[in-house]
Amino acid sequence: MKTAEKQRIQQQFQEKMDYDELLNCMRCGFCLPSCPTYMESGKDEAHSPRGRIALMKAVVDGDIEPDEDVKRSLDMCLGCRACEPVCPSGVNYGHLLEQARDIIYQNQQQSIPVKVVRKAAFQGLFPHQQRMIGLTGLIGFYQRSGLRTVARKSGAMKLLPESMQLMEKVLPDVPTSKSMKQRQRHFQPTVPLKKRVAFFAGCLMDTVFLPTNDATTKLLQYAGCEIVVPEAQACCGALHGHSGEKQQAKKMAKRNIEAFEEAEIDYIITNAGGCGAFLVDYGHLLKDEPEWKARAEAFSSKIKDISSVLVELGFEKLPLSLQDEIITYQDSCHLKNVQKTFMEPRKLLSSIDGAQYVEMKDAGRCCGSAGIYNLVETEMSMQILDYKMEQTKATKAKTIVTANPGCLLQMKLGIEKEGLSDQIRAVHIVDLLLEAYENANSTYSNQSNSSSI
Amino acid sequence: MLAKNELEVLAAIVGKENVETSQASKLVYSFDATPQFQAMPDAIVSPRTPAEVSQVVKWCNEQEIPIVPRGSGTNLSAGTTPLQGGVVLLMKHLDKILEIDEENLTVTTQPGVNTLELMEAVEAKGLFYPPDPSSMKISQIGGNINENSGGLRGLKYGVTRDYVMGLEIVLPNGETIRTGGKLAKDVAGYDLTRLFVGSEGTLGIITEATLKLIPMPETKKTVLALYEDMDAAARTVSKIIASKIIPATLEFLDQPTIKVVEDFSNIGLPTHAKAVLLIEQDGDAAVVEKDIAKIVSICEDNQAIEVSMAASEIEAEALRSARRSALSALARLKPTTILEDATVPRSEIANMVEAINRIAEKHQVEICTFGHAGDGNLHPTCLTDARDKEEMERVEQAFEEIFTTAVALGGTITGEHGVGAMKAPYLHLKLGDAGVGAMQSIKQAFDPKNIMNPGKMFANENRKRVVVKQ
Ligand SMILES: Cc1cc2nc3c(=O)[nH]c(=O)nc-3n(C[C@H](O)[C@H](O)[C@H](O)COP(=O)(O)OP(=O)(O)OC[C@H]3O[C@@H](n4cnc5c(N)ncnc54)[C@H](O)[C@@H]3O)c2cc1C
Ligand code: SF4
Ligand code: SF4
Repeated sequence: MKTAEKQRIQQQFQEKMDYDELLNCMRCGFCLPSCPTYMESGKDEAHSPRGRIALMKAVVDGDIEPDEDVKRSLDMCLGCRACEPVCPSGVNYGHLLEQARDIIYQNQQQSIPVKVVRKAAFQGLFPHQQRMIGLTGLIGFYQRSGLRTVARKSGAMKLLPESMQLMEKVLPDVPTSKSMKQRQRHFQPTVPLKKRVAFFAGCLMDTVFLPTNDATTKLLQYAGCEIVVPEAQACCGALHGHSGEKQQAKKMAKRNIEAFEEAEIDYIITNAGGCGAFLVDYGHLLKDEPEWKARAEAFSSKIKDISSVLVELGFEKLPLSLQDEIITYQDSCHLKNVQKTFMEPRKLLSSIDGAQYVEMKDAGRCCGSAGIYNLVETEMSMQILDYKMEQTKATKAKTIVTANPGCLLQMKLGIEKEGLSDQIRAVHIVDLLLEAYENANSTYSNQSNSSSI
Repeated sequence: MLAKNELEVLAAIVGKENVETSQASKLVYSFDATPQFQAMPDAIVSPRTPAEVSQVVKWCNEQEIPIVPRGSGTNLSAGTTPLQGGVVLLMKHLDKILEIDEENLTVTTQPGVNTLELMEAVEAKGLFYPPDPSSMKISQIGGNINENSGGLRGLKYGVTRDYVMGLEIVLPNGETIRTGGKLAKDVAGYDLTRLFVGSEGTLGIITEATLKLIPMPETKKTVLALYEDMDAAARTVSKIIASKIIPATLEFLDQPTIKVVEDFSNIGLPTHAKAVLLIEQDGDAAVVEKDIAKIVSICEDNQAIEVSMAASEIEAEALRSARRSALSALARLKPTTILEDATVPRSEIANMVEAINRIAEKHQVEICTFGHAGDGNLHPTCLTDARDKEEMERVEQAFEEIFTTAVALGGTITGEHGVGAMKAPYLHLKLGDAGVGAMQSIKQAFDPKNIMNPGKMFANENRKRVVVKQ
């Protein structure tokens, strides 16, 4: 790093970092055992929440320069925020991390290729749903046209790093462009109306994971919700916010606030823990813009995760059944640590007949997916994943349930890595619930059919 | 600064990956849980074996390079701040439990083992290791031994000292000695085991410890008593002890502390009460039943407004964990939290509480109090802002007065957090000059070059300050 760059970063740390929040950390270390990077680095304070906060403070105080090692420490952070609920002082680590990363990225001389990729992804792609559909369409073309077979057979995949190779394997078969473009915008409940909700479809969820989104709206219909899916909505902006692209994140937040403001609804439903956590934080994101703050807070107060609304509507009391098998749950960090939703998924899963829910050790610990972390910090990510796979194997589960697309892909990657893809599957919770619901109801209707004969 | 060739010597002993010198690494090991103390080391070294510890220490002694042993860095007396630079010696690789001996009821462990992990390992075999500092999820056994830490169970079961039977120690000259052992009795020479417990890393490095275990108590009951005023709670403590019952736990929290703890834990603590006592008794079912009945009636006789019993172990554990978060939770109120550790004979607890309130009022500072009331060990905690120099002066005066009062009541300046750099200037209050002198001769005998954790325990000149930076 050049001296001028360091000075700029240091100066902005002094101007922009929330110093009271930095002082709020009393350095007790209560957060250390919950931090995956601290544990996996062999207890290195530089990779702990306490250490990272101290580094940020030291940069503000002028005790040290923001050099490569400081940046390294912040880059290694998963942003999983497991350090927050365990902190008795209530330090809002997530906000500090975001501020620090924003400053560093905005001031850093990036290498040209990195710049191009970041610009393409953060400004050219994610904000534009049509382009997301286009890209997903390309992946679909790759998967369906026979190119994939050629690529895999020709050994061309071997040229990619191992994690990328695995990622290519585990990416679900994506929907056709046609089905993505014809997304239905309004749904009626199949039972008497209980709640009116809007569905936050998400950029990745509404393209690559479209079937999961379809399952989500079906579950909501079965639970008694009328659903609207506002067309003007955008990507939540989490990837931007967590990667130091705050301005872009703010733009998207405003678009979403506007898109959902009109609808007369009780809740805005999400099915991706990572998005949900960012959406509930819009108030903070826009705290310095007086004309937006209140609107942002009104928006955020309506955000609810699918499992939480299902429990509220008593979905777990409906008939749900699966074949005899063990299932286990991997928390989505942001769903648990930020939205504080962790009992609800367990409650839903435990109510499925035939399935036995077994809690894995450290289910709340990050799986190492963390946005694009697994692509940029592959080594640490894989080490964290190996630990996770050990815990899942110990439960003897055949199905690993997740609540966020990133976690889902990462768990699939883990299964692939262990060579267990013929024995274990990873699913999104809504897909499993729909399977259990339909399974129970088809058995039920078969029975009632036969009895009526 | 260590020169390149010096770092190479260290790397040759412990491996290159176990010597860190980046400014980020130095910064994250420049402090512990003590506010207002920070100083950069020259290198962070993590030996993999006791033999490597010995080589590192021997070499540092020859070169006169200071060594600061460090466990998890949770101490509250600036015990691990590298005030004179040098090497921070991490115990993170010495993290194995070596043996749980079910016949002799002992556990032999390396110092870097986490306290809670050790407890759980012995509990899995039906055995019990009582010393449970509130930091036990994070702290290491080596740190506990060097601070002689206490915990919620201290009243009945004592502190770390009462469980250390034998040690393996690397002396400042690099030689390794073993003291004590799995023996119920041993009078061969001076009791070096006891000397090293609470020595705060100033005499040598502990590389192995044999700890005493006891059988797991059969049952346990937990009671929460609420009070309208602090004095009534304090009186109850003295009455319980005077009636010849020794509860396992007898903890005190005042209203501001209850409020912040509830903010964090959300378990429905009675935030309307001016003070609460958390009381536990364990042991044989019949005895526990009898003791608890008696304790409840003493609480009621002393103006408790409500006395309730935890319905399940889950509820009891929630109460304990809430109590353990007290100090860190108080930190949410003000930028700087300075906690003290004054301890008085149990009978004086009501007088001490009263004195703390009076002193806080006199100096116009905000002090919250919680602590191991049954041990006479309170933690008056001052909520302040280090940026406000004028207020910090008053905090300083208030603490000085608290220390003097504690000593006048027959107490001490620190019950369990140690002297470190923070309370070094006040050691003479408790020991007198001759007492400090005697301790300095011991230090001199073991560590003539003063390389082991220099600047701790003994102040360079007598009157430095606790909280006001020089
Ligand atoms: C929120 C909070 C609550 C706390 N509650 C309690 C409590 O209830 N009771 C209590 O007594 N204390 C308490 N403490 C203080 C502290 O946690 C204890 O003193 C603990 O024992 C320190 O352990 P550590 O591993 O962090 O040691 P460190 O802080 O790393 O070190 C403590 C001292 O031991 C020395 N040392 C460490 N390892 C070795 C070794 N192997 N050989 C030689 N010297 C060594 C160090 O040089 C230092 O002087 C609390 C602290 C916090 C932050
Ligand atoms: S972030 Fe919270 S838990 Fe961690 S050291 Fe700071 S105050 Fe303690
Ligand atoms: S966000 Fe996660 S990885 Fe980062 S410091 Fe907190 S616990 Fe550690």
